[in-house]
Amino acid sequence: MEFKFSAKNLKKIEEILAKYPAKKPAVMPVLYLAQEQNGWISKEVMEEVANILNMHPEEVLGIVTFYTMYYQKPMGKFHIQVCTNVSCMLRGAYDIYDKVKDKLGIDNMEVTKDQLFSLEEVECMGSCGTAPMIAVNEDYYESLTKEKVLDIIKTLKKN
Amino acid sequence: MEKIVLPDIKKLHLLNVYVDNGGFKAIRKSLKQSPDDIIDQVKKSGLRGRGGAAFSAGLKWSFMPKTTDKPKYLCVNGDESEPGSFKDRQIFEYNPNQLIEGILITCYAIGAKVAYVYIRGEYHKWIKLLQKALDAAYEEGYVGEKMKKKYKTDFFCDIYIHKGAGAYICGEESSLMNSLEGKRGYPRVKPPFPAQFGLWGCPTTINNVETLTNVPAIINNGWEWFSKIGEPKHPGTILFGVSGHVNNPGVYELPSGTLLTDIIYNYAGGVPGNKKILCVIPGGSSMPPLRGDQLEGVKMDAESLKTVGSAIGTGGIMVMDEDTDLVKVLARITKFYHHESCGQCTPCREGTGWMVKILDRIIRGEGSIKDVDLLISVANNIEGNTICALGEAAAWPVKFMVQRFRDYFEKRVSKEVAIPVANKVHSMRHTVNPLADVTE
Repeated sequence: MEFKFSAKNLKKIEEILAKYPAKKPAVMPVLYLAQEQNGWISKEVMEEVANILNMHPEEVLGIVTFYTMYYQKPMGKFHIQVCTNVSCMLRGAYDIYDKVKDKLGIDNMEVTKDQLFSLEEVECMGSCGTAPMIAVNEDYYESLTKEKVLDIIKTLKKN
Repeated sequence: MEKIVLPDIKKLHLLNVYVDNGGFKAIRKSLKQSPDDIIDQVKKSGLRGRGGAAFSAGLKWSFMPKTTDKPKYLCVNGDESEPGSFKDRQIFEYNPNQLIEGILITCYAIGAKVAYVYIRGEYHKWIKLLQKALDAAYEEGYVGEKMKKKYKTDFFCDIYIHKGAGAYICGEESSLMNSLEGKRGYPRVKPPFPAQFGLWGCPTTINNVETLTNVPAIINNGWEWFSKIGEPKHPGTILFGVSGHVNNPGVYELPSGTLLTDIIYNYAGGVPGNKKILCVIPGGSSMPPLRGDQLEGVKMDAESLKTVGSAIGTGGIMVMDEDTDLVKVLARITKFYHHESCGQCTPCREGTGWMVKILDRIIRGEGSIKDVDLLISVANNIEGNTICALGEAAAWPVKFMVQRFRDYFEKRVSKEVAIPVANKVHSMRHTVNPLADVTE
């Protein structure tokens, strides 16, 4: 599917470019903008980003595949990220991860049929003092229990 | 005890509250002195980097060339991805203006016109909080071109936030610079060091967020004041993040050299259920773990930890009680470094994967006694053979955990011993009788 930045985002790109002495350093923030607009990074998105920043599409692909926060397929409306690294693991993160998996019936990096939820087992999110935790899209939910996680999913479903 | 980085002042994150509490005095004071004087004071204060390597901040600044026709840059490392570290986010949230002032002073000292604060992508909320503080400071003329008028000076600099996208390796300084340049975050071969060849080939200094937040206090109160806090060889306060099996996990700002047992028992509230401690990682997951019976008298500063065979790292203290399955912990740590290996160097890319496989088969009960030495052998072949320190970060936990808990690992691969029995070997409760119960 064809991808073009919205007028609003094109203006934002101008602002981003002003921060750097060259165009290429803007690739990460511009990809974030594209992901925000398109939901994920498709081949067409990469071509358009490359076009705007005078890069090769393959260079942009190299960036997208290096960093875990650019999604190369559509994710759920609510992307649930469960940290299972040591500090969280010591406080029951795998119980929470399994609970979410069970509840949603999906595995790591899968999306529910209704496109509402997706799940990702993530590395340390810097929430070790408030472990265990999950993040839903950009928001952290900390100091969790299995029960609290189920409540969160329930509330998200309603919205 | 006075707190430098996270003082107990309500709403300090607001610009007017920060200014009312003496904010931006240090930059005014600095601008009346020469950049060399500032570098000299920071050097004499003994301030050491809080990002892991504990290198002298002033000395690092002095490596910047005095004469160059290229622009100079400051990079502020807020990537904070080391498991067990969650301190910089407290600064973004509770004291962003002191970080901003620290950045301004540093830029003046090294002659940089632009500073980039690289913050991990997952910190959406904290990026917004710092941006908000920056916007307010720009608006009032504390940062940017308006500085000239505000401080009546010729000097000004801009501060930009660059958002990472989920790669641990970008906390490594040369990888961070590559990432900022819009490339894959591959670490560079050093030398040349950033002061000679940094961002876009220009002289660059990279400091941790916590390091720079200390700078305004040093300028305000003098280097002698700072050098007398805590341990003389690693002075100042340190943000200790305590996580894992403690009653009150969280970040505690304490003088360097505070006893590890004091931090765990007095500040973090001890271990739930008054269980014994089996293992503590004192500085984030890449640092050598200590046994429960090694903790007595251990001081938390770079030099003291070196003498007991570990390192201060980022000050992220992970506590594990006597019921912890250490093989699973080590497997999880190793899985992390395998996942985060950038893939440039074969020993790290392949070795981390091999270690994960060996640990997984021990967990499945399919390990053999040979695996214990095999793990150490693979770790030794990674350490020192890679471009960046991720090699050491992956090798150290494996090597030191297996060495220090050798009998534990040997019992685990013998398959006959249950975890609680194996765990008894090195567990220790420090508030009561200090000797481990080795009998079964």
